Amino acid sequence: MVLKRKVAFVDLTKEKTVVEEIPVKLRKIHLGGRGLNWYYLYNNIPANADPFGEENVLAVGSGLLSGFPALGAGRAQISAKSPITGGVGDSNMGGAFAPQLKYAGFDHIIIRGKAKRPVYILVKDGEIEIRGAEHLWGMDTHETQKAIREEIEDERAESMVIGRAGENRVVFANVMNGIKNSGGRSGLGAVMGSKNLKAITASGAIDIEVHDPENLLRYALEVDTRARSTKWAKTLGRLGTPLLYDVSYTTGFIGTLNWQYNTPGEEGSPLEAENLEKYGMKMVACIGCSVHCRHRVKIREGKNAGLTTEGPEYAAAGAFGTGVGIYDWEFVIKGNALCNKWGVDIISMGTTVAWAFELYQRGYITEKDTFGLKLEWGDEEAVIELARMIVEREGIGNILAEGFKKAAEHFGEETLYYANQTKNHPNLLTDERGIPSFSLGIATSTRGADHLRSRPGIDLFQLPEDVLESIYGHKIISDFTAYETKGIMVWWHELLYNIVDSLGICKFQTVFNSANSPKFEDYIPLIKYATGIELTKQQLMEIAERNYTIERLFNVMNGFSRKDDYPPERYFSEETKRGLPFMKGRKLDREKYEKMLDEYYRQHGWDENGIPKEETLARLGIEKPKVSFPVIEKTADAKKR
Amino acid sequence: MLAVFPELCTGCRDCEIVCSLRHFGVINPERSRIRVLRDVFEGFELPLVCLQCEDAPCMNSCRVDAFFVDIRNAKIIDYEKCIACRRCIIACPFGVNFLDPATKKPLKCDLCDGDPECVKFCSTGALRYITAEEYNREKIKLSSEKYIKAIKREEI
Repeated sequence: MVLKRKVAFVDLTKEKTVVEEIPVKLRKIHLGGRGLNWYYLYNNIPANADPFGEENVLAVGSGLLSGFPALGAGRAQISAKSPITGGVGDSNMGGAFAPQLKYAGFDHIIIRGKAKRPVYILVKDGEIEIRGAEHLWGMDTHETQKAIREEIEDERAESMVIGRAGENRVVFANVMNGIKNSGGRSGLGAVMGSKNLKAITASGAIDIEVHDPENLLRYALEVDTRARSTKWAKTLGRLGTPLLYDVSYTTGFIGTLNWQYNTPGEEGSPLEAENLEKYGMKMVACIGCSVHCRHRVKIREGKNAGLTTEGPEYAAAGAFGTGVGIYDWEFVIKGNALCNKWGVDIISMGTTVAWAFELYQRGYITEKDTFGLKLEWGDEEAVIELARMIVEREGIGNILAEGFKKAAEHFGEETLYYANQTKNHPNLLTDERGIPSFSLGIATSTRGADHLRSRPGIDLFQLPEDVLESIYGHKIISDFTAYETKGIMVWWHELLYNIVDSLGICKFQTVFNSANSPKFEDYIPLIKYATGIELTKQQLMEIAERNYTIERLFNVMNGFSRKDDYPPERYFSEETKRGLPFMKGRKLDREKYEKMLDEYYRQHGWDENGIPKEETLARLGIEKPKVSFPVIEKTADAKKR
Repeated sequence: MLAVFPELCTGCRDCEIVCSLRHFGVINPERSRIRVLRDVFEGFELPLVCLQCEDAPCMNSCRVDAFFVDIRNAKIIDYEKCIACRRCIIACPFGVNFLDPATKKPLKCDLCDGDPECVKFCSTGALRYITAEEYNREKIKLSSEKYIKAIKREEI
């Protein structure tokens, strides 16, 4: 067996570390990445843990296949109890960190406690070292990474770092690698900040052993070529995710002026993907990815001339575009670059700022609250200034940095109606109310409103029902405005995305926005040739069910149930005002939604309140949480410096 | 030759990964015969690999006759003969003769028996297995495209 991979348990309070080999039997039931992260967290975070307390545990993991040459398998997973939701906090990150963590000799790093001083963790060639980071505290995410490389004299070292937002515990602070790869969602940068942990750096030259190199090379090339030859991947490789903007604004499902509208209409045309092209220098990629969906851009003239950065993505066109009524790529590029350096989730930032602007429009926030800042739609300076105030926790920014629920205690309970969130987690600037499957997805996602946990992007294509049946193994209704059978569709995508996150593969190389992309069965040979573990499709889906149900249980332990599985109230009570005929005048039907939710629970084997049934737990072999963090007192000191 | 077009390189490092897989059966870019010099903060990607020089300094510098030339004109190291003196690493004017951290012997491209693994995996054509003449033609084509693009942007 080639899976002699290691997990390090780091106690920051004691500055001590224990290293263990990851048992192969855990791989067979959880794989790696997200699945294994949540095995460790489910067993180690007590139900009442304060997300910013010493008892919260942060798990960093590389996928089972991270570092392998196929399907963008270079991804890392960072997880902890989320300071936004109080439940599952989980984020998947591209870039170059995960392969480097493997070359450094580790697959997972499990961190608890709180350092007495700012520190960073250096993982190098099988050794773990806790080093002082006083000199890094206050630096932005790019400066931090560069400073660490210089300090350890290693230009191939890769770090996941926090910026000012994480240091200030802005609840939606993220972790960053490179220019713009981010573990964006769930506020895990704030958790790192609360532990005085500025960065985790990995570097090494340790072999990743492979079960069957010859067949792996053959199959990886075959499946990778298939994935990158889809129309979706080809367009993505040229335009990046901004390609999604064109369809969403012409059809009418992009949140505009904080979801008062579902598209800016004609006014939004400057943000069409082709208009980004003039800023493009080159398309670049994460490690192991042949799709290369990331722009390297440069603003060549005007007031922002000289600004060179990566991105922006579709979500940024919402956050610094339609959400606040600004339709200018240059502004989106600028806002994107700032958020990346601050280390703050662009999606959550955009949704929070848009909320504040609507509250200002409606008089819940006045100039008295903002120290004279006028939060008027389309005002570029007001958007940037408010974002900066949030990151630095100045004035009203200090209130907004706490997330919707706590901020609403200040602005009035009724203001929560205007916050686009589920489980208090800010949604991205998509307007899902005309698409029941998307709505169910954001509502039931274990980390709160989000598009990357279960969104069945291909639902919009209205594929023939025989094609749908061959993909999903169930009869699925083609009409994307239908509610029936969509619970099963969302369930299937939840499982698929869980596997993808556990393997370290990119969601753009699975069935998300292309029906022809690889799915469960296509990963089986990869797993076999890479690790020697042989699985059937049914076993793979069962692993996903197990992993997903563990996340659900973690939320249940923290007080979540059916009541938390609803999209924003606005989706039920306000009709969409714009868009193409099939998107205009739409809202969610409460009764049908309830039925869809019932169907979804049934499919999972959860009861009508959304609690996993005993028989389901027994079938999946899930036990009560048991602490697995090793007793650290008995072991040798971690190296100090 | 194994031709490199850095302007098409996305920095995915698949070439490094598959090179070590093909030659050693493991994944380890530090044991690859091709390396991508990349700095996302400075904004560049530059694949570095042996050019198979006609008059090869590495081969000329070898004192134990550990080099041989195959039918594709690849200069290949015979590791049975190699004594790990590393003179060839010093002799290479391009720094594309690397040190294997495991064996302490040099690592240089052997063109994979005429079917380079890195070329197969390179999705953008940044790496191509072509003749020197073809490379020359392509390079001229790409440079003129760049020139025309720059003129349009009035950067020249």
